[in-house]
Amino acid sequence: MTSAAVDNPNRRDILFIATGAVAAVGVGAVAWPLIDQMNPDASTLAMASTEVDLSQIAEGQIVTVKWRGGPVFVRHRTQKEIEAAENTPLSELRDPQTDQQRVKKPEWLIVVGICTHLGCVPLGHQGEYDGWKCPCHGSVYDTSGRIRQGPAPLNLAVPEYAFLSDAKVKIG
Amino acid sequence: MSGTPTYVPKSAFGRWFEARLPIMGLVHSSFVAYPTPRNLNYLWTFGAILAFFLVSQIVTGVVLAMHYAPTATQAFASVDHIMRDVNYGWLIRYLHTNGASLFFLAAYVHIFRGIYYGSYKAPREVLWILGVIIYILMMATAFMGYVLPWGAMSFAGATVITSLFTAIPVVGGGVAQWLWGGYAVGDPTLTRFFSLHYLLPFMIVGVVCLHIWALHVAGQNNPDGLDVKDVERDTVAFTPYATIKDLFALSLFLILYAWLVFYIPNYLLDADNSTVANPLSTPAHIVPEWYLLPFYAILRAIPNKLAGVIALFAAIALLAFLPWLDTSSVRSAKYRPLFRVCFWLFLACCVGLGWLGSQEVNDATTLAARVLAVGYFGFLIVVLPLLGLVEKTKPMPASIADAVLAKRGEASAPVTK
Repeated sequence: MTSAAVDNPNRRDILFIATGAVAAVGVGAVAWPLIDQMNPDASTLAMASTEVDLSQIAEGQIVTVKWRGGPVFVRHRTQKEIEAAENTPLSELRDPQTDQQRVKKPEWLIVVGICTHLGCVPLGHQGEYDGWKCPCHGSVYDTSGRIRQGPAPLNLAVPEYAFLSDAKVKIG
Repeated sequence: MSGTPTYVPKSAFGRWFEARLPIMGLVHSSFVAYPTPRNLNYLWTFGAILAFFLVSQIVTGVVLAMHYAPTATQAFASVDHIMRDVNYGWLIRYLHTNGASLFFLAAYVHIFRGIYYGSYKAPREVLWILGVIIYILMMATAFMGYVLPWGAMSFAGATVITSLFTAIPVVGGGVAQWLWGGYAVGDPTLTRFFSLHYLLPFMIVGVVCLHIWALHVAGQNNPDGLDVKDVERDTVAFTPYATIKDLFALSLFLILYAWLVFYIPNYLLDADNSTVANPLSTPAHIVPEWYLLPFYAILRAIPNKLAGVIALFAAIALLAFLPWLDTSSVRSAKYRPLFRVCFWLFLACCVGLGWLGSQEVNDATTLAARVLAVGYFGFLIVVLPLLGLVEKTKPMPASIADAVLAKRGEASAPVTK
């Protein structure tokens, strides 16, 4: 002890730090399961895809389907709506994206039906651009689901999807 | 507090017990012998009214939990079951829903009384901050309780409030999914909100105990904002004086409560909440409960999402800093003529914002909400710091006893300066 007392850091300091570090890891290891249990569980993750029959959707019609517990809009766009979406200059957009980046086939627009402001479900065929308008705080989207007016910061999200055939699409 | 007589139990058993656990002495010194300023007005009865509502909400809530089913498929039907089948279920549910509104009404009277009479100033800063924490816990509890009936407005409210967290850069989306337990508000969200709605009131009880403890260390503020100088002259015993006054005020407040519960039980509820939650559509006109409307108006007044969310939280958080934002050493508005005017304007801003929060969004309401939001923040971060530097305050009585006597005109009241 007499010689150790002049060491800096001495043996006892190292032991204190090492013990404290092990205790911190232990507390973290116990805390994580208590936190992570609130994340989406296995059954929620399992219901991750939905199939939609497109043959039932008339031109001009918007169908709302349920995907991951929330709404997805499947919109059979008219020629006029497609042109309006494609001819919009990117400089007018808050969240610039071309229409081609947002669709796989121009006549089918598939977007998550959740306003990017605070999560309300926008109403179709409303607002200045005849796309969607959110009833909660007045965000307006165009016929490509892009944000044009109001407080929302982003375009309506495009989910992952694939055309299984001409008349069937799988979302998720 | 000095002057509090030491409590000695009368019975031999009482003395035996007191020597082992001095709880009766604690109760006696806190709620019997405790000296209260003799100039307190009826605004000081709202602490007791709030204590009553905290207990009554817990009692009715525990009973409702015996009949309620916290799952997305059963919740709406179980509330109907409570209203139609459970013995006195309609009464207990109406007591609970309207009780929440009156709890907030009493809390707002209590908070604005604190602001008017400068109750947050030294040495009561910690007491005030504990009060702000209670207020935030109350809002969280009320919000989650509103989600439980799983009506259309419950769902929309849960979506909007949890989506506030998506404004956080980078991690916002992950935080929201963690709160939801899914990709949107759903069954896991409802179940955890029920669990937390049951937990938080007991946390409020804990913070209320600290609040009362801090109150009894500093002593009560009073309408003249004066410190107690002479316990004999300036104070009266809590029991019977404050006890009976509190009970009388509570009785009057309960008349209002009974009128709501028995005559217009649905007046404060939203008709949209009588339809079951539907994740695929949002009601045309969503509004929160009345007690959250001013903050909702501030959120809507700002066109940027992140800035709106920051303003909403700042509007609440700033209240905790009042003791340092207010630079005046004079507590009561009674002796601060300019502050008094500004206080009423501030209250008008809060009420105006509340009304605007309930209205449809259009250019006129948005503009008005912006003006009033500037008033709200302006009072807190500009007016309060500056007033303390420029305001000429009125002369104050030398003591609480002098203030009381001057009012009654029974004796000459020596005045300082």
